[in-house]
Amino acid sequence: MQSLYLLVPLAPLLGAIIAGLFGRRIGRVWSHRITIALVSVSLLASIVIFFDVLKGNVFNGTVYTWLVSGDTRFEVGFLIDQLSALMMIVVSLVSLMVHVYTIGYMHNDPGYQRFFSYISLFTFSMMMLVMSNNFLQLFFGWEAVGLVSYLLIGFWYTRPTAIYANMKAFLVNRVGDFGFLLGIALILFHFESLDYRFVFEHASDITDKKIELIPGVEWLVITVICILLFIGAMGKSAQFPLHVWLPDSMEGPTPISALIHAATMVTAGIFMVARMSPLFELSDTALSVILVIGGITTLFMALIAVVQTDIKRVVAYSTLSQLGYMTVALGASAYSAAVFHLMTHAFFKAVLFLGAGSVIIAMHHEQNMQKMGGLKQYMPITYWTMFIAALASSGVPGFSGFFSKDAIIEAVHFANIPGAEFAYFCVLTTVFVTALYTFRLIFMTFHGQPRMDSHTKEHLHESPWVVTLPLVVLAIPTVISGWFIGSIVFGDYFANAIYIASAHDAIEKLRVEFTGIGGMMIHALSTAPFWLSVAGIFTAWFLYSARTEIPEKIKYMLYPLYQLLDRKYYIDELYSWLFAGGTRTLGNTLWKYGDIKLIDGFFVNGAARIVAFTASMVRRFQTGYIYHYAFTMIVGIFVILTLWLK
Amino acid sequence: MSFDFPLLSLIIWLPILFGVAVFATGHDRNAQLARYIALAGSILGFMVALPLYTQFNVASTAMQFVENYVWFERFNVNYHIGVDGISMPLILLNCLITPLVVIAGWEVIKERVSQYMGAFLVMSGIVNGVFSSLDAMLFYVFWEASLIPMFLIIGIWGGPNRVYAAIKFFLYTLLGSLLMLVAFIYLYKTSGGSFSIQDYHQLAIPLTPQILIFIAFLLAFAVKVPMWPVHTWLPDAHVEAPTGGSVVLAAILLKLGGYGFLRFSLPIAPDASHYLADMMIVLSLIAVVYIGLIALMQADMKKLIAYSSVAHMGFVTLGFFLFDAYGVEGAMVQMISHGFISGAMFLCVGVLYDRMHSRQIADYGGVVNKMPIFAAFFMLFAMANAGLPGTSGFVGEFMVIMSTMKISFWYAFFAALTLILGAAYTLWMYKRVIFGQVANSAVEELQDISKREFVLLAILAILVLWFGVYPFPLTEVMHATVDQLLVHVNSSKL
Repeated sequence: MQSLYLLVPLAPLLGAIIAGLFGRRIGRVWSHRITIALVSVSLLASIVIFFDVLKGNVFNGTVYTWLVSGDTRFEVGFLIDQLSALMMIVVSLVSLMVHVYTIGYMHNDPGYQRFFSYISLFTFSMMMLVMSNNFLQLFFGWEAVGLVSYLLIGFWYTRPTAIYANMKAFLVNRVGDFGFLLGIALILFHFESLDYRFVFEHASDITDKKIELIPGVEWLVITVICILLFIGAMGKSAQFPLHVWLPDSMEGPTPISALIHAATMVTAGIFMVARMSPLFELSDTALSVILVIGGITTLFMALIAVVQTDIKRVVAYSTLSQLGYMTVALGASAYSAAVFHLMTHAFFKAVLFLGAGSVIIAMHHEQNMQKMGGLKQYMPITYWTMFIAALASSGVPGFSGFFSKDAIIEAVHFANIPGAEFAYFCVLTTVFVTALYTFRLIFMTFHGQPRMDSHTKEHLHESPWVVTLPLVVLAIPTVISGWFIGSIVFGDYFANAIYIASAHDAIEKLRVEFTGIGGMMIHALSTAPFWLSVAGIFTAWFLYSARTEIPEKIKYMLYPLYQLLDRKYYIDELYSWLFAGGTRTLGNTLWKYGDIKLIDGFFVNGAARIVAFTASMVRRFQTGYIYHYAFTMIVGIFVILTLWLK
Repeated sequence: MSFDFPLLSLIIWLPILFGVAVFATGHDRNAQLARYIALAGSILGFMVALPLYTQFNVASTAMQFVENYVWFERFNVNYHIGVDGISMPLILLNCLITPLVVIAGWEVIKERVSQYMGAFLVMSGIVNGVFSSLDAMLFYVFWEASLIPMFLIIGIWGGPNRVYAAIKFFLYTLLGSLLMLVAFIYLYKTSGGSFSIQDYHQLAIPLTPQILIFIAFLLAFAVKVPMWPVHTWLPDAHVEAPTGGSVVLAAILLKLGGYGFLRFSLPIAPDASHYLADMMIVLSLIAVVYIGLIALMQADMKKLIAYSSVAHMGFVTLGFFLFDAYGVEGAMVQMISHGFISGAMFLCVGVLYDRMHSRQIADYGGVVNKMPIFAAFFMLFAMANAGLPGTSGFVGEFMVIMSTMKISFWYAFFAALTLILGAAYTLWMYKRVIFGQVANSAVEELQDISKREFVLLAILAILVLWFGVYPFPLTEVMHATVDQLLVHVNSSKL
């Protein structure tokens, strides 16, 4: 079994190396064959491991020693338990589907082999992240997925917007990683180990320790650690205020938007906090912070999605909002619900993105929904799979998203720490907004009159099977994966992997009420989220299918509000002025005045000038005229004699 | 192999002899001969250094491969050499970089080839001498001698403003080291007539003279590292130096300063080191943050990398003054890794400069369209420079940040800012030079790297990745020495 664990990350790594270094030699076809075969190996191994874990075979061990310093051993190792096994399946399944889809989507791209190399490398990095048994390797995977994300957003490197977006993504992520690394450093300082098991077992030892960051204000060390770690999660999982990179990341090719910026990488932060539940459970303050940040992201990002016209951007803001849901669940100590939503979201969001990609291919790379419409009859497979995903996303009972989202909303309702009420308001309101923007997308794209030019219209057709097959395959779990909520969220699936303090009993209360998925669906009919969702779908139908002239009127009536949403609350403008501009000004000032004027100008060249000046003075005595020297001598003798004879 | 064999002497003198042989080829008529002799000498120099690693006893805290002969009996000056876990990796680094700079200058240097190649070989031997000297006078001679070849390399083969840069380099470093000589003479007197560095380590010195000694050494070493605020010679020197000169300067010569702290300042003046530790930490953090901000604004690629060198060397001095295993070993790892990465970065700029004769970022853009293989290498080194895990650039910074947290949260906070600043200045430069549409007709005509350049970059790429994924062998060799050093430094001499 242990060699199987190694196979999971190393098979895609091998694929990445082959396609990356020898891609030109082996050609396009063999590049995708080899990488797809190796990712399939990874998926098969993950499935075998998953069933092995179900039998209770949990593994925690070292692969090799990375470094020894002082008395600390830094190791690379795997922790294979229920949490990582589930993540491994999600990652390898979505990754395999995206590999297949890429054959169709990138078909004419000159960077074909490079693209396969990158997405295989991503699969390796993500596996290293989820399979890690220590903070060091976690950080390695964390930054490695960031690197691949950087490479893929800038995949079309001649586009100015793409290479701006990828640098922005990397730097914003680095801000998160900055906090994350400090958190890891505090952990190493207080536990003298970076091994998960050791740290979790000794977590309760430091609950009384305090740290004085600002003189006079004492904080619990555990709170500081958790908030720092969460800053890392905010970067990677794009939570407000570090969310700004994710919408811009849509500059990358659509397959990676599905794989990296929806299904897997951006959920790394959620996974990480769930993994660290034994730490986060010790700090109510940190959980409150998470609740509030998650709540803000959920609601305010969903609102932006309503006014976007670019099909990918709608899905991107939807991703932000859904990540907010997961974050809120973490804050409510409903880790299992967060991970469950992570899984269902991975499937339905992958379908939405890949479907959007399919539409974009058909539209000859037009992404503006105002120029679409009526695509339903031309692309039935794309339409129906996306429709299913939209139902799941809106939380219609029976579909996967319903179960995971309902569990989160109910859990937040039961949570009793500060911030829970605010978060509850946010997640509840967002149900309506989610249904609205999702079905707005469906209606604008697939229904109504075609609005594209005649040339595009003539060439409209369904995408090839390599594109539709992944849609169909992923549509299956989009429907059914929710049905496992009984064992995954309310059962004891995560009993060993996730720790919940007894005071945080939201999930426990839900467990008592849970009477099977049928009961959950019937119960939902009498609760607000269901009706909000129906109202959202109805509103979308009314505004974007029945009375399409109304949205324009609303837009002019509420123009300042529209402007605020369309400009994304002006956060990008603020950041680029404050951080990018501020840093450049500071750097310039330090350079011009600190280095050039003060150090070089005053001290270095100043010292040289003093030497030169002194020399020029002293030089005057060395005239070379014998009478000057004779005169000086006489004066000297005169002075000496005067003093001597006194 | 018996340890009586004078291996270290061979490592020091073999490159110097080859260097003399290269000089002897004389005129540029024999340029090709000079190149081949230089290549053979540098590769042989690396080969003879390998037993240092294979025969090295990692468990021992004593000096190894020791040779001791009388030099000037009158003043008790000895030809006393040996290595420990601190100097051995640095010697290997130096012997590895020398063949690379010879290859780097292969077709590029067309005038006075024999003198150029000879200077690098001689310098390689001298630097090995610095790292292995156990006698203060011998050390001082090698230390000052190492200035001369670099002074010539910058002054003769440098850019338009080379004379200013060469003289600035020479005076800065010479003035710094004069006080070191005074310190040696003081130590000679107090120790009752010994120039043995190991004897100095055992001397009990009161605090005030310790502080004075510390400051005397500080000036010498801080200039070399270079630490803020005595760093301004470095950007000028780098900008004017030819590619090979920049590589050796960044990869090797800066390490002399770092080495000096470990060999002299910390063990001879441990109490003063502790007393002044906060000052040293703050100066190092200024290097990380202030210099990082300045690097961001540079329009000249070499200047940018030079400033980034200063920022990265800030981690070295920061690590030393934490008096902790993570910190000191992290700083050592950082020195080795910075040797690979900064060397590779300067080689990359050299590759571009040889084709375009410009170092200005603004003259480039869209290079990836014409040089995809080069762009891939440059990406790897840029990421290593930004400290990405999986590259050697991460290891040292990670360890030092971990160690800093033990002293103070806020020190660690400022140290960790390198994560953001390092990525910002490196990737912003990369974006403007490599990505985008082909910027102008000169870029349009660029050719991708030759086999010679490929070999150079590939060797460094493998090393950067290898020590990023598996840094264990690096720390393994320095472990015993660093432990002993820390015990020594953490016990008072008062």
